[in-house]
Amino acid sequence: MTKILVLIVGLAIIGFILWWFFGKHAVASADATVTDHQQSVDIEVSGGYSPENIVLKQGVPAVLNFTRKDASSCLDHVVFSDFGINQALPQNQAEPIQIDTSKPGEYEWACGMDMFHGKLIIK
Amino acid sequence: MTITKRFWISLIFSLPMLANMILMPFGWMLPGGDWTQLALTTVIMLVATGPFVQSAWASFKKHHANMDTLVAIGTATAYLYSIYAMATQQPVFFESAAFVTTFVLLGQVFEERMRNNASNAVEKLVNLQAKDAEVLRGDEFVKIPLAEVELNDVVRVKPGQKVPVDGVIVKGSSTLDESMVTGESMPVEKSVDDAVIGSTMNSTGTFLFKANKVGDQTMLSQIVDLVKKAQNSHAPIQKLTDKVSDVFVPVVLILAILTFLTWYVFLDASIARALIFAVSVVVIACPCALGLATPTALMVGTGRGAKMGILIKNGEVLEAVNDVKTVVFDKTGTITVGKPQVTDIVGDQQQVLQIAASLEESSEHPLATAILARAKAAAITALPVDDFKAIEGKGVSATIDGQTGFVGNTKLLTTAKLSDDLEQQAVKLQNEAKTVVVVGVADEIIGLIAIQDMPKSTSKAAIAALKSRGLKTVMLTGDNQRVAQAVADQVGIDDVIADVLPGDKAEQVQALQATGKVAFVGDGINDAPALTTADVGIAMGSGTDIAIDAGGIVLVKNDLRDVDRALALSKKTFNRIKLNLFWAFIYNILGIPVAAGIFFAIGLTLSPELAGLAMAFSSLSVVTSSVLLNKAKITSKVQAA
Repeated sequence: MTKILVLIVGLAIIGFILWWFFGKHAVASADATVTDHQQSVDIEVSGGYSPENIVLKQGVPAVLNFTRKDASSCLDHVVFSDFGINQALPQNQAEPIQIDTSKPGEYEWACGMDMFHGKLIIK
Repeated sequence: MTITKRFWISLIFSLPMLANMILMPFGWMLPGGDWTQLALTTVIMLVATGPFVQSAWASFKKHHANMDTLVAIGTATAYLYSIYAMATQQPVFFESAAFVTTFVLLGQVFEERMRNNASNAVEKLVNLQAKDAEVLRGDEFVKIPLAEVELNDVVRVKPGQKVPVDGVIVKGSSTLDESMVTGESMPVEKSVDDAVIGSTMNSTGTFLFKANKVGDQTMLSQIVDLVKKAQNSHAPIQKLTDKVSDVFVPVVLILAILTFLTWYVFLDASIARALIFAVSVVVIACPCALGLATPTALMVGTGRGAKMGILIKNGEVLEAVNDVKTVVFDKTGTITVGKPQVTDIVGDQQQVLQIAASLEESSEHPLATAILARAKAAAITALPVDDFKAIEGKGVSATIDGQTGFVGNTKLLTTAKLSDDLEQQAVKLQNEAKTVVVVGVADEIIGLIAIQDMPKSTSKAAIAALKSRGLKTVMLTGDNQRVAQAVADQVGIDDVIADVLPGDKAEQVQALQATGKVAFVGDGINDAPALTTADVGIAMGSGTDIAIDAGGIVLVKNDLRDVDRALALSKKTFNRIKLNLFWAFIYNILGIPVAAGIFFAIGLTLSPELAGLAMAFSSLSVVTSSVLLNKAKITSKVQAA
């Protein structure tokens, strides 16, 4: 009897994992705050990036401030492969990263191990 | 707290439990028994495992899962079950939670070091820069920081000093060691009008030079920029791992649950035993090894290339090199020295040379330079010309003394025809690998000029090396068939495509692509379209900025043998990526079933501790394998020239 119960619970957990990780879920997205010829976004790094999608205006110099709250070595670097940026992120310290916004398009960024991703849209 | 600190704390608190495990058969037990184990493990869980749990929870909330999720779930399950087991008087396995944490952290400590090691090539390049420069201000030299050097400043470099920026020598001469930028190991002699490269080392003499590139325009800055981009680029092969890593962790969690259910529900194992198998599955799975396989190898490979004066632009190029079947070379400046010299003049020496020199004075063609140099040596002055016209790929024409004069190849000839005698002479000269230009006035041919561009001394060895790799070599040139064939025979090239107009080079490359991937080696502005069209564009050193932009691989040195080295390095790096990926996949594919207890029947099982150790070392071994690429022998088939 217990075994049947355990089996049901186990299958339920599998169902939950499938729904939680593979189901459609909304992602945090943000536009940059634009002040006098400068735009910036604060990004918190903790179990991923929040916000995960960022929209920047073309032609306005942009700074992304990454603050790593997470101790995981997975997230200790942030890589923008299109811009040749591979920046170490010291824990609990805002790390500004300049982004060249001259070309519009969609750019991805990722952690050093390519496990976590974020998207940058310049338009 | 740093990873290193967490590792030490976790190690120190694990040691008593390790002693307990080893000495148990000899009758020694940890004083305090389960209670001591609980205390020790609790400290480890709070201090060392805590951050894994935090990170796992933070990503869980974002519908993500990572490495930390696996470690956190694995250790927490072992820990919590042990507390339950203790309360119900059953055997505990606290040490699993403790050891797994210690091993995972140990792996991460090493891995962090290795990763720094892999990425330090750029740092080393940046550190090559001089800190300050002696610049002429007013009429004396003052020492100023590097950043304040401006364009056209006159800079003094003394023996033993570094050249601060790029420029051209205006006074003095010296020997320079350029190995740090170009990879050229031999010192290079430089005197007035020679270009010097920033960050290279002056050895013997003192000289003054005029800065023509400063700040981020210098060659070193451009190289640093290029290497940075290359090191962080994506290789197409990564798309596979991207897909896998997206689903990896949840799939492993599901497998772990299935493992538990199978053992407990269907095979009647005890809860403890079923849990140990499930925890082992969670702990042995290592998505990190997959994630690290490509970027670390790419980083080391491109960094090593930079040291050899071979700049590989990105992972895509690296991958494309592997399938290259044909290497196409531009002739002038690539296979040959690129400094043609007049060897023979047929007809009235004085007259032929004067007409040719007058016409060529406004031309930028390399052959024009040769004619003008010869005219200068013979003290012949040019006549004034009007209506100068350059006809691309054919020659030039202009009006001299009211008559139309022309210099060019036979394609230029419309009405005038070569006499049989001249025709024969031209053929003879062409068979000697000399380019023949026809000089004429008013529709009448007055003579021929033969110009020769010697092959570089290294070309033959370089081509032989490529051929021994099984590659087909092709030469593309605007010269006529006979000259081209003669040069090709000298250096051992398989095929010659002659009489190609500069604008048609790209088309020729495209035609060759029908039989497989093509690499194009060239330098000039003319070559930019061909460099872009080819699957792999290799831009030779001393090339223009445009060619460097168009090329996928840039050779800093003007040495054709580097083509083979670049191919060897790319192949080596790509093979290392494949090896890493293979290892990372096979590790997970074999490790997970073993941990799940599939081979229980033949006595092959893994405890969670061993699973943790295996996981730590799988990602470590991938990174180590990448770093070892720095030491790997690049087997170039180039014979010492």
